[in-house]
Amino acid sequence: MKRTDIRKILVVGSGPIVIGQGCEFDYSGCQAVKALRREGYKVVLVNSNPATVMTDPEMAEVTYIEPLTVDTVAAIIRQERPDALLPTLGGQTALNLAMELAASGVLDECGVEMIGANAEAIARAEDRNLFKAAMAEMGLDMPKSGSAHSLAEAERIASEIGSWPLIIRPGFTLGGMGGGIAHEVEEFREIVGRGLEASLNREVLIEESLIGWKEFELEVMRDRAGNAVIVCSIENMDPMGVHTGDSITVAPIQTLTDREYQAMRDDSIRVLEKIGIETGGSNVQWAVDPKTGRRIIIEMNPRVSRSSALASKATGFPIAKIAALLAVGYTLDELKNDITQVTPACFEPTLDYVVVKIPRFAFEKFPGVDKRLGTQMKSVGEVMAIGRTFKQAYLKAVRSLEAPLAGHDVASFDPWFKAQLDEIEAFRQHLGSLDCLGKLDPLLRQAKVFGFSDKEIAAAAKCDEAAIRARRLALDIRPEFGEVDTCAGEFEAKTPYYYSYYGYGSRGARSFSGSRETGRARKIMILGGGPNRIGQGIEFDWCCCHAAFALRKMGCEVIMVNSNPETVSTDYDTSDKLYFEPLTFEDVMEIYEREHCDGAIVQFGGQTPLNLAERLAAAGVEILGTSPKDITLAEDRDFFRALVKEVGVKQPPSGIAHTVKDALAIADEIGYPVLVRPSFVLGGRGMAIVYHEERLREYVEEAVKISEERPILIDKFLTHAIELDVDCVSDGKTTIVGAILEHIEAAGCHSGDAAAVTPPISLSAETIIEVESIARKFAERLHVVGLMNIQLAVKDGEIWMIEVNPRASRTVPFVSKAVGWSLAGEAARVMAGEKLNVADLRVLPISNTDSQFYCVKEAVFPFAKFPGADITLTPEMKSTGEVMAFGRDAATAYYKSQLAAGSPLPRPDQGGIVLSVRDEDKAEVVHLAKELDALGYEVWATRGTSTALWKAGIESNALYRIQLGSPNALDLIRLGKAKWIVNTREDGELAAHDSLKIRSAAVLAGVPVTTTLAGFAMAVRGIVAMAQNKGETVTARQNL
Amino acid sequence: MNYEAKWERERERKAFLVLDDGTIWRGVAFGARKDALGEVVFNTGMTGYQEILTDPSYAGQFTVLTTAEVGNYGINAEDVESRGLFLSGLVVGDLTGPSNWRSEKSLDEYLEANGTPGIYGVDTRALTLHIRAHGNRKAYLAVREDLGELEALDQARSWVGLDGQDYAAKVTCEKPYGFLRAEKPRRGEVINIVCYDFGVKTNILRSLAEWAKVTVVPADTSAESVLAMNPDGVFLSNGPADPSAVVYAIKNIRKLLGKLPLMGICLGHQLLALACGAKTARLNFGHHGCNHPVRNLTTGKVEITSQNHNFAVVPESVPDVLEVTHVNLNDGSIEGIRHNTLSAFSVQYHPESCPGPHDANYLFNQFRKMIVR
Repeated sequence: MKRTDIRKILVVGSGPIVIGQGCEFDYSGCQAVKALRREGYKVVLVNSNPATVMTDPEMAEVTYIEPLTVDTVAAIIRQERPDALLPTLGGQTALNLAMELAASGVLDECGVEMIGANAEAIARAEDRNLFKAAMAEMGLDMPKSGSAHSLAEAERIASEIGSWPLIIRPGFTLGGMGGGIAHEVEEFREIVGRGLEASLNREVLIEESLIGWKEFELEVMRDRAGNAVIVCSIENMDPMGVHTGDSITVAPIQTLTDREYQAMRDDSIRVLEKIGIETGGSNVQWAVDPKTGRRIIIEMNPRVSRSSALASKATGFPIAKIAALLAVGYTLDELKNDITQVTPACFEPTLDYVVVKIPRFAFEKFPGVDKRLGTQMKSVGEVMAIGRTFKQAYLKAVRSLEAPLAGHDVASFDPWFKAQLDEIEAFRQHLGSLDCLGKLDPLLRQAKVFGFSDKEIAAAAKCDEAAIRARRLALDIRPEFGEVDTCAGEFEAKTPYYYSYYGYGSRGARSFSGSRETGRARKIMILGGGPNRIGQGIEFDWCCCHAAFALRKMGCEVIMVNSNPETVSTDYDTSDKLYFEPLTFEDVMEIYEREHCDGAIVQFGGQTPLNLAERLAAAGVEILGTSPKDITLAEDRDFFRALVKEVGVKQPPSGIAHTVKDALAIADEIGYPVLVRPSFVLGGRGMAIVYHEERLREYVEEAVKISEERPILIDKFLTHAIELDVDCVSDGKTTIVGAILEHIEAAGCHSGDAAAVTPPISLSAETIIEVESIARKFAERLHVVGLMNIQLAVKDGEIWMIEVNPRASRTVPFVSKAVGWSLAGEAARVMAGEKLNVADLRVLPISNTDSQFYCVKEAVFPFAKFPGADITLTPEMKSTGEVMAFGRDAATAYYKSQLAAGSPLPRPDQGGIVLSVRDEDKAEVVHLAKELDALGYEVWATRGTSTALWKAGIESNALYRIQLGSPNALDLIRLGKAKWIVNTREDGELAAHDSLKIRSAAVLAGVPVTTTLAGFAMAVRGIVAMAQNKGETVTARQNL
Repeated sequence: MNYEAKWERERERKAFLVLDDGTIWRGVAFGARKDALGEVVFNTGMTGYQEILTDPSYAGQFTVLTTAEVGNYGINAEDVESRGLFLSGLVVGDLTGPSNWRSEKSLDEYLEANGTPGIYGVDTRALTLHIRAHGNRKAYLAVREDLGELEALDQARSWVGLDGQDYAAKVTCEKPYGFLRAEKPRRGEVINIVCYDFGVKTNILRSLAEWAKVTVVPADTSAESVLAMNPDGVFLSNGPADPSAVVYAIKNIRKLLGKLPLMGICLGHQLLALACGAKTARLNFGHHGCNHPVRNLTTGKVEITSQNHNFAVVPESVPDVLEVTHVNLNDGSIEGIRHNTLSAFSVQYHPESCPGPHDANYLFNQFRKMIVR
């Protein structure tokens, strides 16, 4: 029965996207918020991530886009006085935050009840010692282990266990951060040290290695009446030793008998009871010795997790939604199964298909880092695929990845999986042994039933995809479509959620005779973005969701295609029909034709669907909005150059080089520094700013390996320019600029990595008018119908054109949140033929003259997961996520954004600041240091910087270069004295070497590092502003 | 492995299952190369093919496993539910080789050794949806490659089917035997149970033998003979096909009612209901799987249950002497009954699981309490 004693519920989100915590928590949070509101509860939501659907103003009653810190959330609690706190849907972040809130006493003070899981249960699941004790009481087998709070204690435990390798896991972190596998003493000491730092309670668990054991996971739901069901069983192909998030995983479990599975099921349910999870979803992880079947409990998460998102998408069972409803008192049997709409939610989904998840990595972004998979999660995204056989699902997942498979040790897989992969490869070779299309005919259907794409068949048989496709269509070999129906066909599914598969057909009824008709006038397909990766993540999914919402509101039938299980776009009620399919030409065409779509939207999902646009159009797909031709034209150098000239904007001089000699000549002509990039990759990959001939030679020869086929582009780099991002919507006639974002870092760092503020703070009124006018002209000339993003640089009052992208950009959700107007939704409407209505707009002023508040976007980086990676911001994007902060002035908003991004700037009483800057920055640093000095900060500085400060009358403690003596910056970081590192890259090898070491150490120690002068300046302004306006209150977005 | 020969057979798809409505479902033969007649049912469990194969309740049926991959964990010596295989044949989607530390042989070898035919490569989802729409149907499985489609269809159509057939008689044991667990019963008192074997699953016997000395008797053993054995309780086992055809059992149960505590499972449940005056009827496509939610009306708790039945007690026919104790949450069908005045209860589903969840295992203890009370 639904509880009526609570009315207002605080839901905590998971903050920015980081490795280990992706957009799955937006998906789960959205489900929960929707479900709770439908039940009549008042929902207060707090999350710092603007690219989430959950923070849309129409989702929760009250939305706080604020840092997820104890102080901030406590302030929100005092202001909102919720009856309950639901901490189990925002990942580890929300869980940790809830524990800290409970410890701070604010929950008791305000009479807030934790629902879903209480503090004792969370502690029992999360604290290794409590967990171990509880499991031992149940009689469950555990690995030999011990927990340590110091290195000495750790070494004692290691000798007690007495065998290598050893697994080290820090307590209270996310994604296994700071953990690792040690094979010998030195490695052991290093990992333990790192783990102690990463742990919230300075604790590491050291345990017997189960490397190579089979790994399983069960998703359990439990209600307060004690009813419990297993939603999904998952088997990891990568055995123990590889983090689950980095493993290829399969649902359902494939290699356990019923007897073994049911025993695991019983124990999993008992674990929830023992830990005290009253209601909701938890996952329980098990390891099984492949030789003996000895089964060991690994861990349980007392909350909705990455795996639960996967389990929901794999089975059609909405775990987060049900968990939220159970938390407010319902029991499982009182809730309906959304998919069948007639049977209750109290059942166990059964699958008549196989689901494969493959993680996607981004090692190419971090040269030199350890690419081996281990207990520390490194992947940045994942794909899920559904097939009627394992082979079909696996091959589909591989082609959904859009990248080669990385890092998995096939030799370590269970023989069952190895046999499947072996047969796939044998068949691929068999296809290759047939030298012509004629001989291929009889094998074509079989190849499709195996799960091969036309493209793979073509590659194996050495012919082209078009030929295979033509032959396949001529032979009428087309896919069937199955449904994700939770019940293996036993009941009729009411929610259309499909996957394709090839079979041999039968003379009986086709498995699924036709698509369900909704009777809506127009059918529009939206192509999603596929797996999250650096540069293409949740922001694009947000755009796709908003397009779906807007089009459905217009009365269109929306058909969503995507392969990313973490997203809101692949929730079954975001669109009218969901196809969980790879985003390839072949797969998309089959859906488009089967559904008889009236058009497709390709400009919201990032590069993935855009890359398909031209082929789709050529095959008869009606591409809505800006034509693929115009999108491509914008990327054509010559066309673009002419267009820029026509519009009358300056463009940095540039050239294209095919040889080293060319490159040097071009650079000489336009002058250093230059921005160089390979012409054959997108998204800033391999981009660099080069200051000297020597470095250019190195870059061209080694990094890029220039050749006739692989030319590089060289642009004049504008130093100390202000970079702008402009996002607008156009209906072909009217163009509305949503917002102008001013980057805080100077031009040269990737726009996705730069902090930015809107409204802009340093542009004149004339410049703003001109920027708007430029946007209109480009929109008109590129025939933009939909979204357009322009990147400009402003230097000495002059505007320079950098790039135009007539499509969704990463900043669209942020801008939409800032101005309170969904640019993506509007764009979708105009793409479907409607016109923009300027009168309807309720937009944040573009200029700063009458703005009531400012919004800052800050990027969040995964450096802590990649020890040794260079953290310098470059034209190559490295961030995984972003946060948003509001403030009554830009400096306050910036300060809060640092807090939200997890790099809080210290107060004077918290510790010292280390300054180490290059010569050209010294004059300004002196200025800023004065302000810090006045606020009472202790300042440490390297010799050059220290001298400059001394000359200006500021006292600082001098630091040595690392190799030259103590104290140096590393010592201060180790001792915990340095709470903020300001380090702009210095010239000279020794200095560069120092920089790298200092930054790495700081990242591992969790000390914020500022690497740009502009960032430092803004931070100092923020600190000053915060010191002045004490008691800045939290404000709901709806009230701004 | 000789892949090319395997692939060729998979392309040729010479085996087929023909339903009496004329639909033909092609695939690849495995197991015994022996044609067979039977009724087609689908089972939605994701594990437990070995238990399903050895469950006598499947006698006379082709079992379509809806789970995508079958054969994965092979066959072992422990997970058998009776002395042999009774089903007509097995229909699966993808057949794969075994990998499990307990596996001793492959599914293919097992079926072949036990004379049971199988067919794989069938679009089991399409077939399942067909059965859902058209009900369980009579069918002929042709794996020998010597029969034409039309002849096979004739065979399917002219087969007598399961309605009104006493299949319990075909699968029951020939003479009484004692079932002992390897270990001694856990509790001190000696309780004697007679178990009617209408097609009993071994795990029922294992469950009873935890606290009782169990004597298994053939289905047609008279009530008098059972009473003469002086047991403390009588158990009515699961079994195949049509309960209304097992007339002698219904009569015997009537005689035992009130004299001894009774517990029934599945067919045993239907027989108890019939003995008390209720009626049974066919469900459209039955319940076969491991995920069916059942509410215990006494406690209010929901159990996830293992199910395997085509017939069920008709709700309107339940006489006043019986009380409905368990209800299926999916379709509201009766899942358990108890006699209002006499010591007798039964459930439609399988508390012994194997395959399936163990949620309802408490019912055996309930039987024990009824006896020792």
